[in-house]
Amino acid sequence: MTQVSSLEDRFLQIIDADEKIEPKDWMPEEYRKTLIRQISQHAHSEIVGMLPEGNWITRAPSLKRKLALLAKVQDEAGHGLYLYSACETLGIDRSTLLDQLHTGKAKYSSIFNYPTITWADMGAIGWLVDGAAIMNQVPLCRCSYGPYARAMVRVCKEESFHQRQGYEIMTVLCKGSEEQKVMAQDALNRWWWPSLMMFGPNDADSTHSELSMRWKIKRFSNDELRQRFVDMTVPQAELLGLTIPDKDLKYNEAKKGYDFGTINWDEFWEVVKGNGPCNEERLRARVEAHDKGQWVRDAAAAYARKQKEKSSLSKTA
Amino acid sequence: MEAARKKFILQWADNSMILGQRLSEWCGHGPVLEQDIAITNIALDLIGEARYLYQILAVEEGKSEDDYPFMRKEAEFYNLLLVEQPNEDWAYTIVRQCIYDHFHYHFLAAVSRSKDEELAAIAVKSLKEVRYHLKFSSEWLIRLGDGTEESHQKMQNALNVMAKFASEAFLSSEADLWMLENCGEPDLAKLKETADKDLLEVIREATLSWPNQQTVRRGGKAGIHSEHLGYLLATMQYMQRTYPGMEW
Ligand SMILES: [Fe+2]
Ligand SMILES: [Fe+2]
Ligand SMILES: [Fe+2]
Repeated sequence: MTQVSSLEDRFLQIIDADEKIEPKDWMPEEYRKTLIRQISQHAHSEIVGMLPEGNWITRAPSLKRKLALLAKVQDEAGHGLYLYSACETLGIDRSTLLDQLHTGKAKYSSIFNYPTITWADMGAIGWLVDGAAIMNQVPLCRCSYGPYARAMVRVCKEESFHQRQGYEIMTVLCKGSEEQKVMAQDALNRWWWPSLMMFGPNDADSTHSELSMRWKIKRFSNDELRQRFVDMTVPQAELLGLTIPDKDLKYNEAKKGYDFGTINWDEFWEVVKGNGPCNEERLRARVEAHDKGQWVRDAAAAYARKQKEKSSLSKTA
Repeated sequence: MEAARKKFILQWADNSMILGQRLSEWCGHGPVLEQDIAITNIALDLIGEARYLYQILAVEEGKSEDDYPFMRKEAEFYNLLLVEQPNEDWAYTIVRQCIYDHFHYHFLAAVSRSKDEELAAIAVKSLKEVRYHLKFSSEWLIRLGDGTEESHQKMQNALNVMAKFASEAFLSSEADLWMLENCGEPDLAKLKETADKDLLEVIREATLSWPNQQTVRRGGKAGIHSEHLGYLLATMQYMQRTYPGMEW
């Protein structure tokens, strides 16, 4: 009893001093669990997030765009890799985490369950989805868990590059033909609300928030971050000459920020439950890639084993 | 520009472009995250290489680099039949890659020695990247050939199918002969000896065997393609064909 409480005191001291918890440090089981859930969810989001944009790689409209999109989707794979590694420091391996994704036990960001229908979606995703991700993730660079915080520093640098790239795609569309402008507006219409949902439920309905704040895994509430995102994005839309699809959107002088309409939480929960437009396709694509890769992973393991045997034989010989 | 030089550049650029396009289909669907990243890297290198080459033509002809990949018809592409073959699975992809890398590597080494300075410079640049491609595909050929019984069988099957597409690269077109005559390189017939020797060595180490059949499928370098290229182009050119003349 006293031992646990002194360990816990020490743990909280580290947190309160804004220092980092490292893998070998004692941590409450609930802290570990929360981190595993959050980091793995984040890792899965990066990997599943490759699919909607991957959908346009083979159809990208120019060499420049094709290279940039390929590199971007590849970055997301890299993010997945860092995050799985960060998660593994908490004592769970990648294959277990992947199983959780493939069996539907683990979640990933719902935004990736929406379809990418036109090229403009590549712009809107970069601008809004990577933009919202940055808003969520910049505070995570100061997260109390060392490996996660360090992974996020690298990730955030690349995400902000993605965001600029997406906005630039939108800029070109908005300066283009009438058809291109319509395409850009249509993409904004479809991605705006799902992007706001990326910050999660309203604070009053958020289940995991309080302890996460205490443990400095989370630094700002969902609603705070969402507000910041709206305040940052509205002027960007104006600059593009696009209209945010929210008739209640209005600048509020008193709070020096925008008031905005009510999010359709029924839609949000439907998508979370698996009933979004692409939930099945996304999961199927991941499971298929994994299953089709089984023989490759088996062969690589078998080959590595043979090589090891050979080298130990040659050593004893 | 000499028509033969233009044709030579297109053969080279189209190989990289079409193979890069094929490999990019893997992005997000690779067998392991690390391999997904690696194959995408190769796709990026190849499309980048094609881009430099198309730029040479674009400057010369007052066109845009995008006109070449996105606005030409099937018969105007001069890539090898090998590179347009579908991915099928990781075995086909690695076999195709390993065969191509052996050609590509020695081809670039030869072009880098040619008297065409502009092309030699691109070859030098790409050679650095292709050295890594060759290492990657050779290692995977060996790993999968000498992995499990299942992987061995898959690799041998893929090799049996792909082998007939291997020689076209070394059969000189008139453009190749023009380059050899005027710039001293590449000598494809000579290149074949070294490339084949290296490839067979990798295949031996992979415990695989080169199939006995001596069928050679060719035509790509003359613009006569397999049925696969049309579909690849339909996808790749979709935007430029649907919305002609726009900036993206
Ligand atoms: Fe990412
Ligand atoms: Fe992310
Ligand atoms: Fe991103």
